[in-house]
Amino acid sequence: MTPDSFNFLAGLVKVRSGIVLTADKGYMLETRLGTMLRREGIAGLDALALRLRAPRSEALAAEMVEALTTNESSFFRDGKPFEHLKKLLPKLAAARPPGQAIRIWSAACSSGQEAYSIAITAVGLGAALAGRRVEIVGTDLSQEMLQRAREGVYTQFEVQRGLPVQMLVKHFRQEGTRWQVAPELRAMVCWQAFNLLDDPRGLGRFDVVFCRNVLIYFDAPTKSRVLAALASLVAADGVVYLGGAETVLGLTDRLVPTPGERGVYEAARPAARTG
Amino acid sequence: MTQRTCLVVDDSLVVRKAARRIIEGFGFAVREAKDGQEALDACRAQLPDGVLLDWNMPVMDGITFLRAARAEFGPDHPRIVLCTTEAEIARIIEALSAGAQEYVMKPFDADIIRDKFTQVGLLEEVA
Ligand SMILES: C[S@@+](CC[C@H](N)C(=O)[O-])C[C@H]1O[C@@H](n2cnc3c(N)ncnc32)[C@H](O)[C@@H]1O
Repeated sequence: MTPDSFNFLAGLVKVRSGIVLTADKGYMLETRLGTMLRREGIAGLDALALRLRAPRSEALAAEMVEALTTNESSFFRDGKPFEHLKKLLPKLAAARPPGQAIRIWSAACSSGQEAYSIAITAVGLGAALAGRRVEIVGTDLSQEMLQRAREGVYTQFEVQRGLPVQMLVKHFRQEGTRWQVAPELRAMVCWQAFNLLDDPRGLGRFDVVFCRNVLIYFDAPTKSRVLAALASLVAADGVVYLGGAETVLGLTDRLVPTPGERGVYEAARPAARTG
Repeated sequence: MTQRTCLVVDDSLVVRKAARRIIEGFGFAVREAKDGQEALDACRAQLPDGVLLDWNMPVMDGITFLRAARAEFGPDHPRIVLCTTEAEIARIIEALSAGAQEYVMKPFDADIIRDKFTQVGLLEEVA
């Protein structure tokens, strides 16, 4: 692949998804786009770049970006945020007017484990939520991941990562060596394609946002923009959870760390904001 | 802090060695038994913190060991994690009601064992 092709492809990926491919990621294009190139009958990455420079290449570009996303996830990933959520939800339930659902967003939900972990946490609280409805929205750029998430079918390997066996038995149906999330839980989540680079206001307001392990792929200006957008739609008494390697420091002052917690952020009060 | 101990119970030498390597990697002192009866004897000699337990074994199978261990040593100690090719939900429920704390469906790897040991409190959550 010529440096020119690489720069063009990387530029396209950045514009469409925010994902930054540094010059040392040439190998990644080779390995991750192989299947797509064969399927489309495209000879190689230079040929792909040519095709994508031509008009009407929209679908191909979208397909390329999807193929370059990293979709690793697991149930109750990192544990702590879900323990925090367990303490937070009853407070939110008590603070909301009657009839108003608690809305939780799993932004960059990948194959759905995060959203289902939220659903399991909410169901587990039972009476502590005083009958309050919990509405979960799972979004991702990748149509393939959304499809997987919607089906809620996981391999034996996937259900053994992070998921206590009691919860497996309680909330999943076995189908051979695969396990499907029970209908009651699946009914709590709606799945929708959404690009974090777009304006999220159409999704409504949220009490809680999980935006984990996706900002790591973006550059600083993109991170700042996404974080500011999240801050604008999270409730004043709600929180935003970020991944273990992600922070708001130096990126936005519209979110501030919740004292004494890791990876938990809340909207800054207007007075505390500096700029 | 004293070193944690784990008993690996499996009739396959290969599985015992693989499990031992993983669990020693978590800092445990590991003993092995090749059936339920040997495991029971090992527990009577010295009660481990955790037991990784196969289901199908000659002499005494895992579920029989599990019931005997719970009757003799109580519900919480040692922590017992099944580790078996038996993957039917009915089997899982059977083991849980007999007093197992966790359940691994083979094949396993270090990540799965770490997750399960963490869930039963044999390992601390990594911060
Ligand atoms: C590593 S997964 C994180 C999954 C889950 N949040 C977790 O922490 O386990 C990252 C996900 O971000 C998605 N993604 C990447 N760029 C995106 C964008 N611009 N908009 C929406 N989703 C994006 C990818 O498709 C991928 O599924």
